Amino acid sequence: MIYREAGQFKTSYKADQAILPIFQDKVAMVLMLLVAFVVIPIFANDYWLTSILVPFLALSLAALGLNVLTGYAGQISLGTAAFMAVGAFAAFNLQVRVPEVPFLVAFLWGGFCSAGVGILFGLPSLRIKGFYLAVATLAAQFFIEWLFTHFDWFTNYSTSGVITAPPMTLLGMVIESPLSKYFLVLFIVVICAFLVRNLARSEIGRAWMAVRDMDIAAEAIGINLMKTKLLAFGVSSFLCGLSGALWAYVVLGTVEPQAFDIARSFEILFMIVIGGLGSVSGAFLGAGFMILLPILLNNIGSLITGDAISTETIAHIEYMVFGAFIIFFLIVEPNGLARLWQLGKEKLRLWPFPY
Amino acid sequence: MFKIISIITSLFIFFLVTISIAGEHFVPITSYRTGPYGVSGAPAANGYVDYLKMINARDGGVGGVELAWEECETAYKPDRFVECYERLKNKGDAGATVFQPLGTGLTYSVIDRVAADEIPLITLGYGRTDASDGSVFPWVFPLMVNYWSLSTAKIKYIGEKEGGMDKLKGLKIANVYHDSAYGKETLPVLRAQAEKYGFELEGFPVAHPGLDQKATWLNVRRYKPDYVILRGWGVMNQTAIKEASRARIPANKLVGVVWSCSELDTIPAGKAAIGYTCSSFINPGANYKVFDDILKHVYDADNGTGARKEVGHQQNYKVGVLMGIMTVEAITKATEKYGNKPMSGKEVRWGIENLDFDDARLKELGIDGFIPTFKISCADHEGGAPIKFQRWNGNAFEPASDWISTDQSIVRPLIEASAAGYAKEKGITSSCN
Repeated sequence: MIYREAGQFKTSYKADQAILPIFQDKVAMVLMLLVAFVVIPIFANDYWLTSILVPFLALSLAALGLNVLTGYAGQISLGTAAFMAVGAFAAFNLQVRVPEVPFLVAFLWGGFCSAGVGILFGLPSLRIKGFYLAVATLAAQFFIEWLFTHFDWFTNYSTSGVITAPPMTLLGMVIESPLSKYFLVLFIVVICAFLVRNLARSEIGRAWMAVRDMDIAAEAIGINLMKTKLLAFGVSSFLCGLSGALWAYVVLGTVEPQAFDIARSFEILFMIVIGGLGSVSGAFLGAGFMILLPILLNNIGSLITGDAISTETIAHIEYMVFGAFIIFFLIVEPNGLARLWQLGKEKLRLWPFPY
Repeated sequence: MFKIISIITSLFIFFLVTISIAGEHFVPITSYRTGPYGVSGAPAANGYVDYLKMINARDGGVGGVELAWEECETAYKPDRFVECYERLKNKGDAGATVFQPLGTGLTYSVIDRVAADEIPLITLGYGRTDASDGSVFPWVFPLMVNYWSLSTAKIKYIGEKEGGMDKLKGLKIANVYHDSAYGKETLPVLRAQAEKYGFELEGFPVAHPGLDQKATWLNVRRYKPDYVILRGWGVMNQTAIKEASRARIPANKLVGVVWSCSELDTIPAGKAAIGYTCSSFINPGANYKVFDDILKHVYDADNGTGARKEVGHQQNYKVGVLMGIMTVEAITKATEKYGNKPMSGKEVRWGIENLDFDDARLKELGIDGFIPTFKISCADHEGGAPIKFQRWNGNAFEPASDWISTDQSIVRPLIEASAAGYAKEKGITSSCN
């Protein structure tokens, strides 16, 4: 009853192919953006902005990037963190070598460098598939972390191998307050999410999905496998690189190569597995699950128990509850949280008279 | 259902109310008791908390104002540490007094933030070395010794063992280090010393967390070093000591840094560790009044944080107690100037900058002989305390040297150059006021 398409007639192809064809979805999207752009900035405090929302958005972008590659194009990658590292270090290096460059250009440069590296490491995907490809991308993970740790040029000869992001100025305004950082990340992430959503329903996106579902069949109907797969690697790495630059510049401010280790790659892979492969909302839901839930559990734990239980126990309980949640969701809905959301919508469509 | 929700909400409100009792110095404790470094982090956190408990029980807090603290688990991860930092920085009546991250990577992640939030950061024997230049880093305090000073003391110790600094010429020294911000921090100062004294230096990085070091130690053996500097943390240390013995490098040729100098590193290595020497800014042994006080006021009252046997007998625990001493002493100094009320970070910063651990004060605190005397000033946020080397005899650490002073003639110019570079990069005008 609430969520019903009855009476919404599409009279043109344009209306039928709209990004959100259903009226209620449009309303929901507008409401969500209103919350993100207006309600949260009014009500959230600095703690929420800096240590919960900004990291959540930055990692959502990485999850979005991986979802393009794994969810849409079906190529498994374990090198996400490495591509993030490329983005972060490329943006940093451009700004250090050429200080006149505005930071947004440096971010884009980081994204493009990462895309280049991603395409390079995506080349094996033309020959190998599945687990074997995962292992090949693992090479990217180890190689790039090693590269940034061992060649001081990349860290501008910093003694400790830690890079410190230069200050970000936009139109004469320095971005350092939590609110301005939040807006910066939010703008970038929203734009990227819309781009990915659009890309996914275009010819390119359909080609990706065709390759994902069966690459021989896709080739037979005239899809150029090389172009399609490498494009997926490029777009995915671009988003990951951008996310890495955000992580270094906005979330932490200083970053060492170890911040982009294999654990981060797995974390992002888990995000899209839990969130839902092949959907934009899945990336956000998964990132929310992986980032917010541990912090929430930890906060609730310390709030409820006070000093009675040591932080060690709380941390261990956090791991256990979190693990239980992962197993629960994987059993109840193997297709991820995005699928749950979709099912919910379908239920709402029939409510209150389900059949 | 509504009943449950209402019970939960009322519980929440109850705890929110109980947390905000008026009139306390708030000490944020960011510890790591889990993860690959949890073994090292847990005793340190125990020591820190025990000392605060003892001060509350024995003295009723500082200046009549009780100490309050909240612990937050970082798992030694910078992003979780930043989250903890943001969570704790505004708690308490006057905000957080001082943060002690106990990790170099963690330190780096908040250096800009502490300056913006005006909360001091104490990094006791670790952290960003050039922050010792207080004119550029007013909010960061690598108290007692920084990594570079430590390194000069280590080379001096090796020189003493060889019978003079001129004997260093031609020696081969291997530097086995944790491949992270922490491990790499000493590379420039080691290079500078190699040039000055004419010894040969070769670095052998070990990837985090350092459980697999077979290949590294094969290379070290092939290099045939006269001494090996071990710069590890957590589980890397015991593995290194074991692998060194397997590679037939005698334990007395190993010289560990401050963070490779704990029973946690030597006991698991068993016999391989006998004769292992490492540096420390604290004296071995448990016969100091401060530990008696902790046992009496905290453990006898059944309020101990960790195991009773740790107290005074565990190196990381002692470091934790020392962290507590630094925090409490800084708050004490601050209350002397600003009066007996909950201290803010800004006021505590003044306290740290005016810390003066002279013999009389060490005696009052019950730590005479435990640490050397040192003094902090605006320009010198380190204090340049001397270093004690200690040897593992199979059961306990025993002193292996006198207090060896650090060589500030090497360190200070490097620090000032590095800090000036940072100031230029960030557009900071250095000043001491």
